[in-house]
Amino acid sequence: MPRRGAPGRSLLAWAACGLLVTACNGPIESRSEDGPAGGSAPAYGDTFIQASIGDIGGLIPSLTSDQSSHEIGGLIYDGLVKLDRDLKMVPSMAESWTYSRDCLELTFKLRRDVKWHDGRPFTADDVLFTYQTMINPKTPAPFKEGFLLVKDVQVPDPYTVRVIYDKPYARALETWNTYMLPRHLLQSYAEAGTLRESPQNSHPVGTGPYRFQEWKAGEKVVLVASPDYFEGRPYLSRIVYRVIPSQATIFLELKAKGVDYASSLTGIQYARQTEYPAFRKAYHKFRYPGSGYTFVGFNLKDPRFADPRVRQAFAHAINKQELIDGVRLGLAREATGPIRPGTWAYTDDVKRFAYDPEKAKVLLAEAGWKDRDGDGLIEDPDGKPFTLTIRTNQGNDERKKIAELIQQRLKEIGIQVDIQLIEWAAFIKEFVKPRRFEVVVLGLGSGTDPDQFVVWHSSQRGPDQMNRTGYANPEVDRLLELGRASCVQEERVQSYHRIQQILAEDLPMIFLYTADALPVVAARIRGVSAAPSGILHNFTEWFVPKQQQRYTSG
Amino acid sequence: MALFALRRLLLSIPLLVGITFVSYVVISLAPGGPLDFLTPEDPNASVEVKQRLIQEFGLDQPIHVQYWQWLKRAVRLDFGRSFLPDGRPVLTKIGERLPITLFLNLIEMAIIVGLAVPIGVLSATRQYSLYDKVTTIFVFVGFATPDFWLALLLMILFGVQLGWLPISGLRSLNWEYLSFWQQQWDFFSHLVLPIVVATFGGLAGFSRYMRQSMLEVVRQDYVQTARAKGLSERVVISKHALRNALLPVVTILALALPGLIGGSVIIESIFAIPGMGQLMVQSVFSRDYPVVMGNLVIVATLTLVANLVADITYGLVDPRIRFGGRRRSR
Amino acid sequence: MAAKSGPRGEMRQFWRTFSRNQLAMCGGAVVLVLVTLAVLAPLLAPWDPNRPDTKKILSSPSSSHWLGTDPLGRDVLSRVLYGSRISLAVGFVSVGIAAAIGVLLGAAAGYHGGMVDNLVMRLVDLMLVFPRFFLLLAVLAFLKPSIWTIMTVIGLTGWMGVARLVRAEFLTLREREFVIWSESVGAGAMRIIFRHILPNAIAPILVAMTLGIPAAILTEAGLSFLGLGVQPPYATWGNILNDGRDYIEIAWWMTLYPGLAILITVLSYNLMGEGIRDALDPRLRQSRVGRILRLGR
Repeated sequence: MPRRGAPGRSLLAWAACGLLVTACNGPIESRSEDGPAGGSAPAYGDTFIQASIGDIGGLIPSLTSDQSSHEIGGLIYDGLVKLDRDLKMVPSMAESWTYSRDCLELTFKLRRDVKWHDGRPFTADDVLFTYQTMINPKTPAPFKEGFLLVKDVQVPDPYTVRVIYDKPYARALETWNTYMLPRHLLQSYAEAGTLRESPQNSHPVGTGPYRFQEWKAGEKVVLVASPDYFEGRPYLSRIVYRVIPSQATIFLELKAKGVDYASSLTGIQYARQTEYPAFRKAYHKFRYPGSGYTFVGFNLKDPRFADPRVRQAFAHAINKQELIDGVRLGLAREATGPIRPGTWAYTDDVKRFAYDPEKAKVLLAEAGWKDRDGDGLIEDPDGKPFTLTIRTNQGNDERKKIAELIQQRLKEIGIQVDIQLIEWAAFIKEFVKPRRFEVVVLGLGSGTDPDQFVVWHSSQRGPDQMNRTGYANPEVDRLLELGRASCVQEERVQSYHRIQQILAEDLPMIFLYTADALPVVAARIRGVSAAPSGILHNFTEWFVPKQQQRYTSG
Repeated sequence: MALFALRRLLLSIPLLVGITFVSYVVISLAPGGPLDFLTPEDPNASVEVKQRLIQEFGLDQPIHVQYWQWLKRAVRLDFGRSFLPDGRPVLTKIGERLPITLFLNLIEMAIIVGLAVPIGVLSATRQYSLYDKVTTIFVFVGFATPDFWLALLLMILFGVQLGWLPISGLRSLNWEYLSFWQQQWDFFSHLVLPIVVATFGGLAGFSRYMRQSMLEVVRQDYVQTARAKGLSERVVISKHALRNALLPVVTILALALPGLIGGSVIIESIFAIPGMGQLMVQSVFSRDYPVVMGNLVIVATLTLVANLVADITYGLVDPRIRFGGRRRSR
Repeated sequence: MAAKSGPRGEMRQFWRTFSRNQLAMCGGAVVLVLVTLAVLAPLLAPWDPNRPDTKKILSSPSSSHWLGTDPLGRDVLSRVLYGSRISLAVGFVSVGIAAAIGVLLGAAAGYHGGMVDNLVMRLVDLMLVFPRFFLLLAVLAFLKPSIWTIMTVIGLTGWMGVARLVRAEFLTLREREFVIWSESVGAGAMRIIFRHILPNAIAPILVAMTLGIPAAILTEAGLSFLGLGVQPPYATWGNILNDGRDYIEIAWWMTLYPGLAILITVLSYNLMGEGIRDALDPRLRQSRVGRILRLGR
C-alpha cells in the first residue's frame, strides 16, 4: 500500500489503510506512480480546476471561518507545523521543536530558506507578529483561543521562537499550525484593527506553495505555483477555483470536464451516478473516513431527557445502520464518540445500544411512559403524550433525511415527532444558544487533537459556549482537565479512553455516524493517494504527464 | 402635468426614507444577526471576538441610532462596508454584480418584448384559432416549467452530451488569451442557456398582456370605422390598432424597470452567474445589513421612479382616473 | 351602464361565452378533476406518503410504485397526491388572504378617497418597492416555518394588485347614478359598498384570484427550492421537485411527475381564468376597469 509511512505505525492506521484498499473501487494503486504506456515522469505544468460551492469569505484565513477560504489559504500561507498524511504534526516552516520538561515551554527552530512571495525573508519576527495580531482585541479572528492561553512569546534570534505557557496546554503544537502573517505588510493595519481593509485581504502575500494571482468575486480565484517554495516548486502550475453554487451543476461540470476535482460527491452520486465505464476511465474516486460526526443532541435541561432511561430508549429506537444506508448509501461509519477514528486517542471499546425498539419501549415504560389510552402514543402518568420537535438547520439535505428517518422510528415506539428546519442564523440565535430546543440534529468537527474541553466541560454551558446539551459530569470534567494539562501523549491516552466510555454510556447525545469523504479527481492527474488525512496531504506533488496536460503549461 | 410630476418627486424623498427605515428595522429585528453567521459551530471558535464585532458594527446601539448613523452616510452615497470577513465596500460588491445582471435582464426583456408582441397580436387577431390555442399552451408551458429543471435539462443536453455549449460561468478560463471576436463568441455561448431559460418562462406574462390589449382595442369603434372605410386589414391593425394596443404595454415596461436590477437566484446559482439575485439572498441569510440596505436603496429608488413614469403614461391613457388632462391617444 | 338584465340573464350570457372557449372549458374540467383528486387523496394513495424505506431508495417506476420512489424510498405517487392537497390549499388560502386584504383596503381607499386613499396607496407603494423574495425571506425569518406561515406570507405580499383593482372600480362606480341615488336616499356606506359596488367589482377580482392561484403554487415551489417551504416530511410538489434536483439524470421521475402536475394545474387555472375574463368581456369593455385590470396587477 502506501510506500511512505513506515510500517509499525499504529495498528489502527494500518487497519484503515486496509479498509481503503478493499473498499475503494477506483484503481488507486495502479495509477499512482506507473501509468499507461508512455512516460509519466513528474512534469511541471497544467492547470488544476476545482469547484467550490461558496465564494471565499476573504483572503486572510485567520479572519474567516468558511471552508473555501481555508482551503485556498492553505495553499497561499503556511504554518510552523502541518499535518501529514497520518494525521501527525510534522515540520513545515519550523524545522524542529522541543518541549521543556514541564510542558510549559515550546521552542521552535525555524527554517532559514523561507521567503514571502514578495521576496522578503520569513523570520521569527513574523511569528511574533502573528501572535500579537491574533491576541489583539481589535482583530476579528474567530479562532483565537489557543493564542489567548499563551503567556509570552520570545524571539532570542531571527530563527528561534520560544512560546511560554502558564499551564501545560495539550493543543499547543496544534495552535502553531495557523497561517503566518507578514509583519512588513500588515503591522499598521493590525494595530489599527483594519485588517479586513488591508490590501492583503484582496491580494495576499504568503509563504505557501502557491501565489495569489487574482480573485473575481463570485466567479473564481486563480493561484500560480511559487517557483522558490521551500519544499520545491509544486508541479501543477496553476490552480483555479471556480465558484459554482449548485451541487448539481458541479457534477455536470465534472462530467463535461469543466472541473478536475470535486471535494465530495454525495452518497447517491458516488454509488449510482459514477459507475459507468466512461466515468471510471476519466476519473478516480476515493473514499476515506471523514473528520466530523453527525449527532442527535438532547437538551438535558428538559426533564424528560434528564432521565437516562429515556435517552437510552432513544438510542435503542434509532437504527444507525438505516441512517447510514438511507442517507449516505452505506458510505459512512458508525460513530461511537466525539474522537476521530484513526487518531491516537480513539477507542471503540465503548458501550453500544443496538437497534431494539422493544427494549426501547420497555425502558420508556420504566420511566413512566406508556400507552395508556390505546391511541398508539405513549403518555406520562398524567396522560400527557410524549411529543417533541426535532430541529435542525435548513439547507442540509443529510440532516433533513436523518430527522425524517428518526421521526419514523420514534413514531413506532409511540412518540409523536414534528420536524422544524430553520434558517441557520435564526436557528443558532433563537434555539441553540438560548437552549430552547428539545432535540437537535447537528454535526461537529473532530479535530486532530482529542481535547474536548469546550464541548463537554460543565463550565462551558453558557449561551455563547459549545456545551450545547448542557452536560455536566464531574468525572468527565476531571478527565478533561487532566487530558489538557499534559503534553505527553502516553499520559493523555487513558483520560480520553475513559471519557469516550463515559460519554457512550451517559448519552448526552447519540453519535450517529462519520460520513466518508468521497472526492473525485480527473484521471490525468497523478500522484494522488488516499490516506487517513485525506487526499490533499501531498497536493504539491500531484502532476500531469507532459502529453496529457490540457491547459497552458509552464 | 409637470406640477404633478414635481409633487410626486418631492413626496418620493420622505417615502424613500420611510422605506429604508422600515427595512432597517425589519432586517435588524429578524432573529439572528451577522455575528451568528461569522462565529461558527466549531469547538475552537472564540467568544470574545463577538464583543469586538458588536462594537465595531455598532450593533450595541438602539435601532434608531443605528439607522441614523446609516442614513447620514447613505446620503453621501457611502453605504459602508460589508459585515462579511472580506469587508469590502458595499458599492464595490454591488458594482461587481450589477452590470452582468443588467445586461442579462435587458437582453431578456428585449427578446421577450420582441417575441411577445407579434405572438400576442397574432393571437388576438386570430382569437380561438388553432394558432391561438397552440401559442397559448406553449407560453403557459413556459410559465409553469420550473426554471432549474429546464436549466439542468438543457445543460445535460447541450453541455454534457452534445458538448456544444459551456455549462456554467460567464467566461472560459483562457478568456484572456483569446482574440477579441473569440472573446465575444465565448461570452455569448456562456449566456445562451441562461437567457433561453429565463425567456421561456417570461414570455407568458407579456404575450398575454399584449393579446388582451389588442383584443380590447380591436373592438373599439374607430377600428370598426377604419374597416368600414375599406382599409386593408393589415393597415387597420398595424396603423390604428397596434399603436393604441401598445400603450398599456409601455406602461408595463416602465413598471418592470425596478426588476431589471434583480436577478433570479435560481438561475444564477445553477449557472454560476455572479449576479444581484444571489447577492441579495446571501446577504439576507447572513444578515449582512450594509449590503442589504445598499441593495434596497437602489431598488427602492428605481421603483419609485418607475412608478412615477408608469403613472404618467397611465394618465396619458386614461385621464379620468388620474387628474385633469386630456390628450386622447391616437 | 344602464340597467342590467338581472343576475340570471347575466349568468346565462356568461356561460354562453365561456362555453364557446374550448381551452377554457378544458381548463375548468381539469381543475375540477384536480380538486377531486386532492380531496380523495387519502383514499387513492397506495402507500403512506411519509413512510421511508431505505431499501428502495430512488427506485424507478414499477408495478408497485407507479411513479417510482424518492431518495428516502417513499412512494412518489402517494406523495404527489398528498402534495396536491397542500399545493392547492396554498393556492386557495394565500390568494384568499390576498383578496380579502386587497378588497378591504381597496374599498376603503376607493370609497372614502382623500386621506384614506392616500395612505393606502402609499402603503401599496411601500409594499411594491421591496423585492418579493426579500419580503418573503424577512417575514419567514420571524415566523415559525409551517404551511400556515407560507400561506400567510404569500397572501400578505400579494394583495396589492387586488387593492388597486378594487379601488379603481370604486372610483368609477362611485360616480354612477345608482350610487348617488342610494346615498341621497340615505343608505349607509357599508350597505352601498356591499350591495351595489362590490358585486360589480367581483368579476375582475375573481379573475385576479384565478390567475393568482398558479402564481402562488409556483411561489411555493420556489420557496421549497430555497429550503423555505413546508416542513418535512410533508410533501408538496415544490419540495418533491427539490428533492430530486440533484438526481435528474438517474431519477427522472422525481422531477417529471411533480413538474407535470404543476404544469397541468397552472395551465388549467390560467386557461380557465382567462376564459372567465374573456366571457366577462362585453361587460368589461364598457368600463374603464378593463384597462385597469391589466395594468393594476
